[in-house]
Amino acid sequence: METEGAQTPRLELRGITKAYPGVLANDSINLKILPGEIHALLGENGAGKSTLVKIIYGVLKADSGDMYWDGNPLDIPNPHAARKTGIGMIFQHFSLFEAMTVTENIALGLPGRQNMADLAKRITEISENYGLPLQPDRHVHTLSVGEKQRIEIVRCLLQNPKLLIMDEPTSVLTPQEADKMFETLRRLADEGVSILYISHKLDEIKSLCHKATILRGGKYISECDPTVETAKSLAEMMIGTNLTAPKHTDDAKRGAVRLKAHNLSLESTDQFGVDLNLLNFEVHGGEILGIAGVAGNGQVELLEVLSGESRAENAEQLLFDQQPIGKLNPIERRKMGIAFVPEDRLGHGSVPDMSLVDNAFLSAYSPKKLISNGLIDTRKTTDYAEKIVEKFDVRTAGVSHTAGSLSGGNLQKFIVGREMLQSPQLIIIAHPTWGVDAGAAAAIHQAIIDLAAEGAAILVVSQDLDELFAISNRIAVIAEGRLSVARAVQELTIEEIGLLMGGTTGTADKKEIESVA
Amino acid sequence: MSGMDWIVPVILTVITAATPLVFAGIGELITEKSGVLNLGVEGMMVVGAVTAFVTATVTGSYILAVLAAALSGAFMAFLFGILTLSLMANQVATGLALTLFGVGLSALIGQDFVGVPVDAIAKLNIPGLSDLPVVGPIIFGQDPLVYLSLVIVALVSWFLYKTKAGLILRAVGDSHDAAHSIGYSVIGIRYLAVMFGGAMSGIGGAYLSLAYTPMWAENMTAGRGWIALALIVFATWKPGLVLIGAYMFGGITILQLHAQAAGLDLPSQILSMLPYVATVVVLVLISKDESRIRKHAPACIGKIFHPAA
Repeated sequence: METEGAQTPRLELRGITKAYPGVLANDSINLKILPGEIHALLGENGAGKSTLVKIIYGVLKADSGDMYWDGNPLDIPNPHAARKTGIGMIFQHFSLFEAMTVTENIALGLPGRQNMADLAKRITEISENYGLPLQPDRHVHTLSVGEKQRIEIVRCLLQNPKLLIMDEPTSVLTPQEADKMFETLRRLADEGVSILYISHKLDEIKSLCHKATILRGGKYISECDPTVETAKSLAEMMIGTNLTAPKHTDDAKRGAVRLKAHNLSLESTDQFGVDLNLLNFEVHGGEILGIAGVAGNGQVELLEVLSGESRAENAEQLLFDQQPIGKLNPIERRKMGIAFVPEDRLGHGSVPDMSLVDNAFLSAYSPKKLISNGLIDTRKTTDYAEKIVEKFDVRTAGVSHTAGSLSGGNLQKFIVGREMLQSPQLIIIAHPTWGVDAGAAAAIHQAIIDLAAEGAAILVVSQDLDELFAISNRIAVIAEGRLSVARAVQELTIEEIGLLMGGTTGTADKKEIESVA
Repeated sequence: MSGMDWIVPVILTVITAATPLVFAGIGELITEKSGVLNLGVEGMMVVGAVTAFVTATVTGSYILAVLAAALSGAFMAFLFGILTLSLMANQVATGLALTLFGVGLSALIGQDFVGVPVDAIAKLNIPGLSDLPVVGPIIFGQDPLVYLSLVIVALVSWFLYKTKAGLILRAVGDSHDAAHSIGYSVIGIRYLAVMFGGAMSGIGGAYLSLAYTPMWAENMTAGRGWIALALIVFATWKPGLVLIGAYMFGGITILQLHAQAAGLDLPSQILSMLPYVATVVVLVLISKDESRIRKHAPACIGKIFHPAA
């Protein structure tokens, strides 16, 4: 490390500042990345990580501050200039074109004109060379999330980048896929490529990254060596306070079966959807059942059939307190005391163009009695929205703002809060802490556990295994529309779950190829 | 020979009826491929028609007339662009307004030109070739705009699927956020696409007032702009099918006239409905196959782009 300290940094930022109306997103931030270094950028939601990398990549312009590249002043007016300099970026939300082929997508990210046949050959070469299998002629909308990410990586690699920026790259991958990607990254670092790595997953950062820069509230906090820190100490640096792990509920308090699925099947209406195939599970009162799985293995369909957006084949396939609910619509289910946090925050979870007050009303009007004499009780609804904002620490300028104006993590907190504060008997939660930072995630986990302690039955669908292990009593794995037997967390390891999740993805790909051909 | 006597004029009139649809359709195809829905085709066509007619009667030059029509259409589209792309107004409402505006504006401009006679654009005449039976008048005896329309369809097809610029245009229509994050100027590209669409609609209008019925009458486009819009859905956003569809829809219009002439007592309204019925049927059919829509329909169509980064 001493010798590296004398090296000229590949990229150095000095005093980068960027202000938005009302917020200082970046407040004179310093950052140094050496050649061949994997550098983590850590911080909560709203700490200014995304703003900073967008400035480096030329999507945004800093108000003040300087950038240096190999010691020389650097000016990046737009992403084209960034790529020319040798900066590549892999976005959290893929910048891919669904209607086009892999080759066309990659051509769009490269300068100048390409011969498509040559490009396809180079894609195959690079993807084989780095262990990132890709078929150049496939249309993107037929690919899995992991494959889509490979397109982004290959697109960057084709330009021989000297600095690769990755924004939460593993949030969509299985543990095995993530390990494979780490191998690729380590190899790139050995070849001298610098990597700026953004992630919420602290364990990952500890095992992968050489250095970490921590941001909090738009300010530079410190630079540290993540290999000598613990996940807990890193998280505490990020949020600035002490963190307490969520406490498990006592299994002895487990009550009667509240939700029971018996041979639950559903034929997907989407051509690229997954059919549910004879699912069986039970959720007891006071229990949290976790459902793990790689996205696109039937989670969407399972959540839809549980919420009532699609109906089960017959009503008895789904029982709530012994009553058949398989044919009920979402409103009827909500009236029975069931609440839902859907996967899609904008659209299913909220109406983006409506205020937080209206959004609070839409799902809570019946349990919270927000209607008086057939009219909306505005006072009560506003109070309820304000209570959600306060209890779940939703950062917003006021409840009259639209749901769409909230950042992803804050909207997630609002939706989770809106459902949890209805004191439901059964709550179905998809990705409870998706896009939420460590501090808020801990608070949401604790709230879920507290709700279970009050006797509610809870079903959590998530891809984040650490999360499922932290809160669930039992975990089942969904793969290709089938559900494994739920087992107590004490008997399970992450590796076992990972194998259940990943063991079937290969066949899923094959099935997709067949359906396309 | 009496059979032949009947067929050749029918084919000739089908070509003249189809050509304005080809122009307007291929222009709107480019607009829509970039992710913009401009419902103002009818308005841009009718302004193109009056501009061409006025220019032709005043200057006597048909080349100038067609150029002026293209410019006027592009200018109308530019107005649409300012409202929807820069000021982010709703595209559907703005497009409808553009049509109403165009119909009114053209009536105003054309006030003094109603009933003024003008010669139709001269048809190609290659001694020897154009006199051949059947193929002569059909292949070698058209006016220059008919040939131009075919060349443009070929060029658009080549542009969209063989050039990088075309790939970028389709990319902008497929996901403007992704295109923006890669660094393409979504708004700039859309301005160009919208204005190309306007220019083509203008030429389509010019063909009506200079070749199809060489005269000016208020509202003379008579719904052809709407047929052009329907045509694009019918063609599932493919240039080749736009051409085929235009000739089919043009054919239906002509069929209606000839059916009446032949004494067939079919209400003309039924036949006027056919293009739209065909479009609805095609919509239902392609909706069943989602992957087809996903591959060809621009996913961002009609969506406002906020370059908020």
